[in-house]
Amino acid sequence: MSYYDFLFVIEVLVGGLLSGVMYSLVAIGFVLIYKTSGVLNFAQGSMVLFAALTFVSLVERGIPFALSLLITFAVMVALGFTIERTVLRPLVNRSPMTLFMATLGLSYIIEGAAQLIWGTQVHGLDLGIDDTPFEVGGILISSFDLLAAAIAAAMVAGLSAFFYWTRIGLAFRAVADDQFAALAVGLRLPRIWGTVWTAAGFVALVAGLLWGARLGVRFSLSLIVLKALPVLVLGGFDSILGAIVGGLIIGASEKLAEVYLGPFVGGGIEGWFAYALALVVLLVRPSGLFGQKTVERV
Amino acid sequence: MIGASLGAAAYERASEISAILAVANPVGDRRLARLSSRPDVVLALSGIGISFGGVKALSDVDLEVEVGEIRAVIGPNGAGKSSLINIISGLYHADRGRIAIGGQSFSRVPASRLARLGVARTFQNLALFGGLSVRNNIACGRVHTRRASFVEHIAGLPRARSEDAGIAEKTDQIVAFLHLESVADRLVATLPYGLQKRVELARALVAEPKLLLLDEPMAGMTATEKAEMAGFVRAARDRHGVTIILIEHDIGVVMGLSDRVAVLDYGRKIADGTPAEVRADPAVIRAYIGTAEGENGEDI
Amino acid sequence: MAVQALDAARLPVDWAKLVQKLALATALFVVAYGVVPAYASGYLVEAILLPFLALSLAAVGLNLLTGYCGQLSLGSSAFMAVGAFGAYNFNLRVEGLPLAVTMILAGISAAGFGVVFGLPSLRLRGFYLAVSTLAAQFFVQWALTKFGWFSNDNPSGVISAPHLAVAGLSLDSATGRYLLSVTTVMVLTALVWRLVNSATGRNFIAVRDNETAARVIGVPVLRTKLLAFAISSFIIGIAGVLWAFTYLRTVEPAGFNLDRSFQILFIIIIGGLASIRGAFWVRRSSLSSRSFCPGSAHSCSAACSIRAFST
Repeated sequence: MSYYDFLFVIEVLVGGLLSGVMYSLVAIGFVLIYKTSGVLNFAQGSMVLFAALTFVSLVERGIPFALSLLITFAVMVALGFTIERTVLRPLVNRSPMTLFMATLGLSYIIEGAAQLIWGTQVHGLDLGIDDTPFEVGGILISSFDLLAAAIAAAMVAGLSAFFYWTRIGLAFRAVADDQFAALAVGLRLPRIWGTVWTAAGFVALVAGLLWGARLGVRFSLSLIVLKALPVLVLGGFDSILGAIVGGLIIGASEKLAEVYLGPFVGGGIEGWFAYALALVVLLVRPSGLFGQKTVERV
Repeated sequence: MIGASLGAAAYERASEISAILAVANPVGDRRLARLSSRPDVVLALSGIGISFGGVKALSDVDLEVEVGEIRAVIGPNGAGKSSLINIISGLYHADRGRIAIGGQSFSRVPASRLARLGVARTFQNLALFGGLSVRNNIACGRVHTRRASFVEHIAGLPRARSEDAGIAEKTDQIVAFLHLESVADRLVATLPYGLQKRVELARALVAEPKLLLLDEPMAGMTATEKAEMAGFVRAARDRHGVTIILIEHDIGVVMGLSDRVAVLDYGRKIADGTPAEVRADPAVIRAYIGTAEGENGEDI
Repeated sequence: MAVQALDAARLPVDWAKLVQKLALATALFVVAYGVVPAYASGYLVEAILLPFLALSLAAVGLNLLTGYCGQLSLGSSAFMAVGAFGAYNFNLRVEGLPLAVTMILAGISAAGFGVVFGLPSLRLRGFYLAVSTLAAQFFVQWALTKFGWFSNDNPSGVISAPHLAVAGLSLDSATGRYLLSVTTVMVLTALVWRLVNSATGRNFIAVRDNETAARVIGVPVLRTKLLAFAISSFIIGIAGVLWAFTYLRTVEPAGFNLDRSFQILFIIIIGGLASIRGAFWVRRSSLSSRSFCPGSAHSCSAACSIRAFST
């Protein structure tokens, strides 16, 4: 392998890792909810879409950037809170599969609502981030991707701080560890679930802005949920660390596969490659890389 | 699709074979070989040990169960009773030791072959099939005797029909034996707890096992229900000649029902003998009374 | 899956019920083979009955796997695609193959795929399995688009239904296609009905309700799961043939997308998991409700599905 080939591999790898961060961004929203309530929230993708669409529509109506951001945040918090109240609370104690299918239905409702409120046209979203690639040691790096990664890192740090150093964060971890025990010591589960859905709404907002800026705000944006699922499976549904590492692994290997494997099979493999990769990992570790092993109690 | 199910069958077969081959391991101790060749020993455990995450749940447990006896295993909470039953039924795999069932010796009992080895069990927490009627739940207990394929069942071919008829007859016998006639066609999930426990016993008995493992069959029952259940357990042994291992918290019931009692404490067997011997054993008294200071005092 | 399989736990012979059932079956036959072919308009048959029959059959197939055996699959339309493209190729490449044989071979191909993509179920549970079934969805769609061979090198991967005939009788008319469809659906549904009430069906339910207990009493769990995948995919594959040959007549791989899979899933959720009749009721009601929903029909059935849970 020549020096330039090597540089090219590195470039692909870095590009892949950075886009992997974008996957992790969506996946983290899933993990937050899964950890505390055992629900795989399929509607996370449409929440991302809803956030991006709301924000971009407000900006287009001449509302200042910061205010739009604030309003959208409020809307997302309200949305998360409402979902928790109206859909999930009545279904408490149902099987995880039932809850999953409810969120699957919910994703269509949110998309339909977004369509009704904001219309169906594609919007461009400019966050004012300069996207000229810059060069480091012969490798081109997208500055947008780098910034997105930085924002994602900041968000993870912020969430971690929240969950480690605040009272409600401590309660969150207690619930994630053992719901019944948490209930027994008097933690108010509904309040924690409300908080978690709010946090998930916030994550959806961040992901929506970054993904929207990258792909344009369109309805296919909700399909990024399909990019996040293999990441979740690979990392384990209940691990934030897993979501990050899983995102990086999938992002990097997907890009490498596209470049080096794609030409042999006619390309277009990005639709299923991540799933195949996740499946191989699962066959070795059925609960993902960082997922909690469930001990069978008989 | 037939090929694939053959593949799965081969896979199951292979895991069974490897489990049996493990027997040929020369480490197997002579005592076990001697015991398992004795026709009057249904089950022999030797040197069983298992740990969960560094915590020893069982260490160096030996146990021989003779044909036709009701053998109780008692001990305080967390003594390893359920682990022991789960190891015998192949749901847990022991880290050390061997298990001989009816003359065949294993280091890991193949759970999928348990029924064909002549072992049936009930579960501490109900493990019934909630979507099936009582009768169908019980009929499932004889699934290991079925040979007809799904095609034969759909087409209603003679083998499938005679299988169904044979199993229906056995099921009816057990339903009558355990007085379940009045609820036989109800969905099992709609029955009260005590009756569900009885259905589980029925599902185990219909398999006509040589060895029956009962994991707390009377837990959570009223005194009347307990007495009734004890009667069924004794009748099962007397009429069907089945050997029974019984895990139970209610020591009063255990002492009246069992021929011999093994006592576990902190994963070790501290006593083994007739109810009278065990009751008088100082180690047992220590284990129960000694820890009773402020703990969940279990009446002895 | 807390939903109980009431159908599988019915009482033994009850004469009044038997007579009632016979009357119902007779009425069904009269309507299916007498009234509909004679009086139904072309629009009713083409736009409502044909998709209704195909999707109902797919729902019956998925219900077997998800409702009865407890294995959630999100990739049903991939198996419809395998069935449709399989039938197209068997018909194209084997001279003079009877239609029934073509359909059965297509179903077997789908069953083969089902077993392959069902293999993870031997090790994975719950959501991990559900997500892994998405691999089938995306892989099949990709392969059918990418490899021209499957669509006889049509540039956009589109296949068209061949001439349909049984024993020399042409079934190309709307009524003919309806008769083919309704007969297939009735035969397969009857077989599934027998299956779920047999020992095999009870094994499915046992694996769903308590896998550990099922294994201990001697249910061959691995074989049962794979069998559920195989039979379910077989039926969904044939539903795909009906969808492609009798309803749309011209289909592309993209027609068998994730939305279609979810649509089938919604049908079985609203109709009640582990209920065969449910598959048909819902399909009918969601077709009739479509005209009232300005947005996508999906939001509508999604709303129904949530309502169904809350009650």
